[in-house]
Formats: sequence, C-alpha cells, structure tokens
Amino acid sequence: MAELTDLSMLEAASALRAGDVSSTELTRACLDRIRAIDGDVHAFLTVTDDLALAQAEAADRKFKTRPGEELPLVLGIPIAVKDVLCVEGVPTTCGSRILEGYRPPYSATSVTRLVEAGAVILGKANTDEFAMGSSTENSAYGVSHNPWNLDRVPGGSSGGPAAAVAARMCFAALGTDTGGSVRQPAAFCGVSGLKTSYGRISRYGLIAYGSSLDTVGALARNIADLAPIFSLMAGHDPLDSTSVTDPVPEIRLNGADLRELRIGVPKEYFIEGLQPEVETAVREAIDAFRGMGAEIREISLPHTDLAVPVYYLIAPAEASANLARYDGVRYGPRRGPGKYPDDYFVTRGELFGDEVKRRIMLGTYALSAGYYDAYYGQAQKVRTLIKQDFDAAFKDVDLIACPVAPTTAFGIGAHGDDPLSMYLEDVFTLPANLAGIPGLSFPVGFDSDGLPIGMQFMAPHLKEAQLFSAAHTYQSATSWHTSWPEL
Amino acid sequence: MALTHEEVRAIAHLARLQLTDEEVERFAGQLSDVLDYAARLNEVDTSEISPTASVLPMNAPLRPDEVRPCPPRDQLLANAPDPAGGMFRVPRVLELEP
Repeated sequence: MAELTDLSMLEAASALRAGDVSSTELTRACLDRIRAIDGDVHAFLTVTDDLALAQAEAADRKFKTRPGEELPLVLGIPIAVKDVLCVEGVPTTCGSRILEGYRPPYSATSVTRLVEAGAVILGKANTDEFAMGSSTENSAYGVSHNPWNLDRVPGGSSGGPAAAVAARMCFAALGTDTGGSVRQPAAFCGVSGLKTSYGRISRYGLIAYGSSLDTVGALARNIADLAPIFSLMAGHDPLDSTSVTDPVPEIRLNGADLRELRIGVPKEYFIEGLQPEVETAVREAIDAFRGMGAEIREISLPHTDLAVPVYYLIAPAEASANLARYDGVRYGPRRGPGKYPDDYFVTRGELFGDEVKRRIMLGTYALSAGYYDAYYGQAQKVRTLIKQDFDAAFKDVDLIACPVAPTTAFGIGAHGDDPLSMYLEDVFTLPANLAGIPGLSFPVGFDSDGLPIGMQFMAPHLKEAQLFSAAHTYQSATSWHTSWPEL
Repeated sequence: MALTHEEVRAIAHLARLQLTDEEVERFAGQLSDVLDYAARLNEVDTSEISPTASVLPMNAPLRPDEVRPCPPRDQLLANAPDPAGGMFRVPRVLELEP
C-alpha cells in the first residue's frame, strides 16, 4: 500500500472495514505527517494527539465488535476542525489573541455529530481572525502557507483546513463560509470544498461573525469524500433556531446522467481582472460538462458587482454586534488599569487585530444614527436585488458554473496594507452567501506556476444534492483532484 | 468621503476600542476607501425594494419552557480572567457616595 495519508477518505474507510489498517495507524500516520511538515505549512494551531489517539482506539474497538457496513463512513477517520468551531475542552481561539486560552465547555453541533459517528479530531486549524479574511494573514498566530508553493497564501479564512487537506495531514476538515471562506481556500489549495445552504447545518458552537451569512462547510480531497460528512452534519438542531427543519436528501453518487442538466454561465463572472488561465480552465471544464450532455446557457446576474459593497457593510455590521461580547470579563485575557470602563477599551484595543478592528468600526459606522439608512439599510435592499438575480436565473437553469476567485493563490503580503483590494478578490464567492444558496468548489486545472484553479457550482437553496451529483460525475471523468503537492 | 481623525475616534469610542494615533491615521484612510467604494450602492434605485435581513422566513420558534441541565458554574467560570467567589469579578462600575 502507498503512504496511508495518500488514501482518500473513502479509500481509508474501505481499508478500515477490510481490516487492512486500524484507525490508530491512520491517526498516527496523520500525526507523524503533521510533525514532519506542519512546521513549514502551519495549518494547525493546536494538535490534539491524546484526544485523537483515544478516539482512534475507541473506533478500533467498534470495528472489532460490529460489521463495518453498519458503521458510519467517518468512523475512525482523522479530520481537522477550523478554529472557529468549538470542541469541548480544546483551545478554541478564532485565530485571535482575545480568545487566547479559551477552552469551550461544549462542542459545536457539527463537531458533535461527527464525533458521535466516530470521527477522530486531530486538532484545530488556522483561520483569519474571527474568519475575517481571504488569506490567513489576519490570524494572530501567523499565516498558513500554501502546500503548492510555500510563498503563497492558502486562501482564507479556512486556509488552515484547506492546507491541511491538500498536504495530506488529514482526510477531511470542517470549515466555515461567510463570504467564500471554504470555497476560495479550497480553490487555492486544489481541494474540494462545500459551502452549505444557509440554515442547513446547525451553527450552535460556531463562534459568530456575520449571523445572516455564516454557514458550516467541509473540505476534502474529492467530492465523494464530502458527501458522508455533509449528510452527518446536516439537519435541524433544536439548539440553533435558524437551522431548517427540511429533510436532508440522500446523496447518491452513481454517475448521474447529465443530459437533463441545465448549467448557467453568468457573463458577469468573466470580467476584466480575471486571470486568463483561470478563465481558460473554467471554460474547459464547462465544455467538459457540455461534452457529457449538459445544456450550457449564458445567463446574467446583473447585480454581481454590487456584492462586494453590500457584503462589506452587512457582514461588518453584524460583526460589530457579535463581537461586542469580547469584554475581558467572561473569557479571554483582560488588559488595562483595572478600572471601568478603561479595561474594555484596552482589552479590545490591544487584543483584536487590525482587520477585526476595521470591520467592527465599519459596522459601527454603518449602523450609527444618521448613517443607518444610507449604508446598512441600502445594503439590505441591494441584497434583495442580488437574491432576486439568483431566483430569476434558477427558473431556467439547475446549476450555475463560474470561477471561485479571479486569480490563483496570491503571494503572502501581496495585498500589503490595502484592505479594499483584498475585499475585491471575494467578488465571485460573496453572492452565494448574500443569497443563502449552496456552493461547491472543485479543482479544474493548474496555472503556468503550477497553482491549482478552482471552479464553483452554485445551486438553489437546499439543493446540495445537485451540486454533489454533477461535480462527482466530473471528477469521475477527470483527474485534477488526484494531483497533490510534493511536500 | 474622507473620515476625519475625530470621526474615527468617535466610532472607536462607540465600539469600545482604544486606538493608537498611528492606528487612527491608518484606519481613517482605509475605512474611507471602503466607504467611498460602498457609495456606489446609492446609485441603485431601491425605492420599491424591501430589505433582506435574512434569507430564511423570520420566525421566532417556541419550545416548551422546561428545566434543563446547564454546565456547572465552575466550568463556566474556568475561562474567566478574574473569577472570585463563584462570580466574575469586574472593576467597580458605580462610585459610592462618601
């Protein structure tokens, strides 16, 4: 057998069932690989060796007592968890100094559902502070490096999870997507990443950033590996009243017939500033779908270019409210002279990073008396127009295909001290969050520097099954997802 | 529109953020850039458009009012920077009359 860490998650699940390998061996292989290469990649903020090995032993005991086919596919599979999702007793920092040392007394429902099914938690993966960023450069604990080229960013905010999956330090990872934070790092690192529909997966235990936009998602080496993770996490949770009660569909990946499929290609996503190699790779992938029988239609999503200003008012407004709780009283360190209210100002001023402070201030301004209507109120109205664009488009097509990001992974430090230029990179991922619809990012090629290129599918609300079946059919016929960086 | 240093300090005060002079200078430029960019939203006619606060129908689901277990007090206090006597200790908020 090749290196254990080279297996896909489903291959590892088969090997576990066949008795060819134990979960303890898989877990040790991942921990060894983390020790060997994560000094260069810095995907993990915390590695939970003892927890992982204990969970692996428990999984191995289950395989001995029950036949494998009755057991969940994630049983015994080592995964990483983005550091914005609570894992009971394990440091959870959100990439911020203001939560340094915080050990949550409970786990996120998404984590609990996987752990109860027997998944093995290897550790907490790096993120831009409070998931605010597109590169992990905003993590207070240092940038993660793209495994394809260590001088490039892995994307963000789920850059740690994406780098960990790409570098084969884990078989899958949990991420979150508020404005593209699963899909863009998946594209930059050449892995498959799912942003679920708003409300599909409980956010209990996800530390809040933008509450009308936050979603839990996952990253893995291919589409088929994502399906069982999605199915386990999805579904109503009484602990999150915004989680929907709609039934979770069974994901069938048996070579769907694409001849009934209508794919829309929005002209607003092929614009000036799009790296030519990205456009070429995405158009070739669209041609591949045409070749498999899908009908390709040009469509229009006319308000696309307004997604950046809408998002960068709404998300900061929600963040300014959500992050008001960090006051140095109930958790995290406290700084200051020991006086009220000075301690609030000093704690927050010293322990939040620049990007978090910028977004809190943008949101505070957009919500303040005299500016509310012009900024926050107007952004909410234009959000309606963006959502209506999708409602109209999905009357004629089943899926929308487009690039994930205008470029491949950019260099660490490339955006310097110019936050607006970084925000503009999110133009193709923000609309799905504003409309609440699911998206899937998967590799469709490489640029001339050998960096992965991703394509995105978007589907109507709660139609994740359509994303899975079409993208899986593509991966059955292509091999982009089977290339891995040499590390 | 360019935010003045005074406006940045006023926003930071509302948000309970202590900023250095260097931060005030830097954030004034960066926040002005973003607000300038956002000004294009005001060119869109939204007179007939309702705002979207959530993509899901906003409802307030109810549940039975039942007593349920919650984490023990010492576990919740374990993360506090200054717990004392089973409580969160904070600086004095009210000044007592002499």
